[in-house]
Amino acid sequence: MMLKKYWWRSFKDKLVVGLAAGATFMVLLPLGAIFGYLVYRGIGSLNWNFLTQIPKPPGETGGGMANAIAGSGLILLIASLIGVPMGIGTGVYLAEFGKKRFGYLIRFTADVLNGVPSIVIGIVAYSLVVIYQKHFSALAGGVALGIMMVPIISRATEEMLLMVPQSLREAAWGLGIPQWRTTLSITLRTASSGIITAVMLSFARVAGETAPLLFTAFGNQYWNKNINQPTAALPLQIFNYAISPFDDEHRQAWAGALILIVLIVVSMSLVRMVASRGVFKGGN
Amino acid sequence: MGVGIQVNQLNAWFGNTHAVRDIQMDIPANHATAIIGPSGCGKSTFVRCLNRMHETIPNTRVQGTVKIGDTHVYGNGTSAVEIRRRVGMVFQKPNPFPTMSVYDNVAAGLKLNGYRNRRELDEIVERSLRQAALWDEVKDSLKKKSGASLSGGQQQRLCIARALAVEPEVMLMDEPASALDPISTSKIEDLIFELKQNYTIVIVTHNMQQAARVAEFTAFFLIGNLIEFDKTEKIFTNPSDKRTEDYITGRFG
Amino acid sequence: MLKQMNGPLLKTKFQPASEVSSPEDQAAEVSRRKTALTSSPFADAAFRYLMLGCALSVLAIVVLIVRELIIRSTLSLHAFGLKFFFRQAWDPVNGDFGALPFIYGTLVSSFLALLLAVPLSVGVATFTTELCPRKLRSLLSYMVELLAAIPSVIYGLWGIFVLVPILRLYVEPFLAKYFGWTGLFGGPQFGLGMLGAGVILAIMIIPVITSITREVMSAVPTAQREGVLAIGATRWEMIRVGVLRNARTGIMGAIILGLGRALGETMAVTMLIGNRPEIAKSLFAPGYTLASVIANEFSEAADDLYLSALVEIGLALFVITLLVNVVAQLMVWSITRGNAARATA
Repeated sequence: MMLKKYWWRSFKDKLVVGLAAGATFMVLLPLGAIFGYLVYRGIGSLNWNFLTQIPKPPGETGGGMANAIAGSGLILLIASLIGVPMGIGTGVYLAEFGKKRFGYLIRFTADVLNGVPSIVIGIVAYSLVVIYQKHFSALAGGVALGIMMVPIISRATEEMLLMVPQSLREAAWGLGIPQWRTTLSITLRTASSGIITAVMLSFARVAGETAPLLFTAFGNQYWNKNINQPTAALPLQIFNYAISPFDDEHRQAWAGALILIVLIVVSMSLVRMVASRGVFKGGN
Repeated sequence: MGVGIQVNQLNAWFGNTHAVRDIQMDIPANHATAIIGPSGCGKSTFVRCLNRMHETIPNTRVQGTVKIGDTHVYGNGTSAVEIRRRVGMVFQKPNPFPTMSVYDNVAAGLKLNGYRNRRELDEIVERSLRQAALWDEVKDSLKKKSGASLSGGQQQRLCIARALAVEPEVMLMDEPASALDPISTSKIEDLIFELKQNYTIVIVTHNMQQAARVAEFTAFFLIGNLIEFDKTEKIFTNPSDKRTEDYITGRFG
Repeated sequence: MLKQMNGPLLKTKFQPASEVSSPEDQAAEVSRRKTALTSSPFADAAFRYLMLGCALSVLAIVVLIVRELIIRSTLSLHAFGLKFFFRQAWDPVNGDFGALPFIYGTLVSSFLALLLAVPLSVGVATFTTELCPRKLRSLLSYMVELLAAIPSVIYGLWGIFVLVPILRLYVEPFLAKYFGWTGLFGGPQFGLGMLGAGVILAIMIIPVITSITREVMSAVPTAQREGVLAIGATRWEMIRVGVLRNARTGIMGAIILGLGRALGETMAVTMLIGNRPEIAKSLFAPGYTLASVIANEFSEAADDLYLSALVEIGLALFVITLLVNVVAQLMVWSITRGNAARATA
């Protein structure tokens, strides 16, 4: 009885390997398709004009997304002014001080924050900023994205700091360096490349977010340097063009999407490179 | 009834490390054979070659032949799955399946082999637990208690019962009592005494007194080599090789 | 310098056993040194409070979120009460609002996504943790990670111009022809609609479910795997009994986390679901989700009641995703033993 059964078990074994491999293939297929299509549809439109011009009126061909790229940059700058200090500070607190119940509460809250849908964050930024300013603004967009950056940076900072061996801190204390100095000059410095990659990762995450900008930054067909005015952003522009009725705007949507994905993949690859070279290179 | 094991020119590697070298051994049926030696001498690796567990680790290699009864363990048509059923293994740290009840732990191997009949399973589970001297302690909560909720000694006996349930011919034990307290250890040793009537037992141990207590034969390993293999009595009172004598008398290891 | 060190240090190198300090003594020594040699307790305290302030700001943000959502939705809450979520109206002109179609749309699209994503994710996780050659492992997991990095709007863009035509031209006719009897595949085949949204959502949540499933599968100890192999199991049986079974709570958690992601997804769904506040049986029909209606109509909501209704929908979305994510986190933590800094959303 044993031997007969074995053939069936062996067959199931091989079947599962095949199914699992098939699943992997099916999952990686859209990956290839998306990247492939982005390049195929977008690369033709990537030229100097596209990168330096602002959009033409609807229906006209040509024009570019220069203002959207710049706008995204402005909004991200505002976002990082809010998100990076709070995120790193929270991460430092959790790693160096927060071992007890309060630390768990903060960590849990940060995870909660991470899971809040980005559109809801947009509503909150609207409620906090747009309603009082009575108009859309880059500031509101920055607030929304900044809030989103906090939990990402905090968790990664905490993880990086926890990787710094306790013996390093004790060596510093033993030399008479006070706690605050130790954390700043020794611990943070050692983990700095890891923290920088965490910040870059959070950029990559929020740079592609559209939903929270829909009614905060809102978008703009022209250049804008004023943080209190509606501002264009790359993902917003892609969205608007994608759902527009004009073919030429569809073409530009692909080009914009290609730019966005290239920026994201480049920063992710940099992150991976830095991470694999190790965290403890003396913080340089 | 147990079968004998014939090991012929057995070599095993971890990557480039030659862990087991040219082992030549005839392990007699229905007796307990102890494998002793200092840490890192290859005793566990050797034993794991007998039931083809060594190859589950990546980057490993085995060369040579092992014959259990009439079967070539590393023969061309032999399935590792079948070998592992016929050669039971008990590990150093008890590893019952935590998501399963005591009953399901013992029945796990049977279910894999297609046993569905409730009464058959009940019978075999009870028989195995009795053989492992665990029946009386768990018979009232077979399906309620999880495998992991037992004490360390009980868990190990559960693992023994689990191995016995699939009717092996050989039982390999890799330091089965080293993680247990003295009382559980002596229970396990009593068990081995009972089991060797029906099974061939190979027990790896770093405890020489244990080897002397339970095994009729003992093999002394050193840096991957089999130094001496003889009746336990002879190894411990009048070893032939100086290195064996040095180890026995505690000069190293 | 070296010569000076050789003298006194050498003498202290080999201490008699009785003078070697215990771990407790050493810890006490460290904290004594810490406090004794700290020359600026004020700076230390200030630094600590500053960091605490940052940490508290996380709490403050969440409190703010809840506060703003509740305040801005009170108008709608008063006007419609809890029945808001069971009514099927959406008439901005006449000020009549009911969120049932959105709840339906959100749930159906998310569960459809789970249905498609879970088997694939578990398959990929199993393949990459247990079955594929070691050298491929990090490459494959990197590629799945890449999927997670693609922004929602790009999924939407690709969805509109690539996925929708495929659905419209090949998949939907096929489904209608062979499975139309189920009643799920009737009506006009636009490509846009519940099915399209479900498929794109599935692609988007696969990386989340896969990575956490991989994590919990890797956390299962080798001893368990060996225990199953040793009683004579095939590789698949070992995975089934020794890994998947042990990791099942964590895998459930991964799935629920995927659900949480799907519930809150906005852009790609908005671009593919058709944006019609209707409840229909067919998967080909257009629908509307909680997130999509906010995305589409928020910036144009002219009057206060309209805006308030949308904020109330946002509040509902917040609560639902909060509950789902909390449950999921607890399940995942129970397997990975709360290694808090590594738990992913």
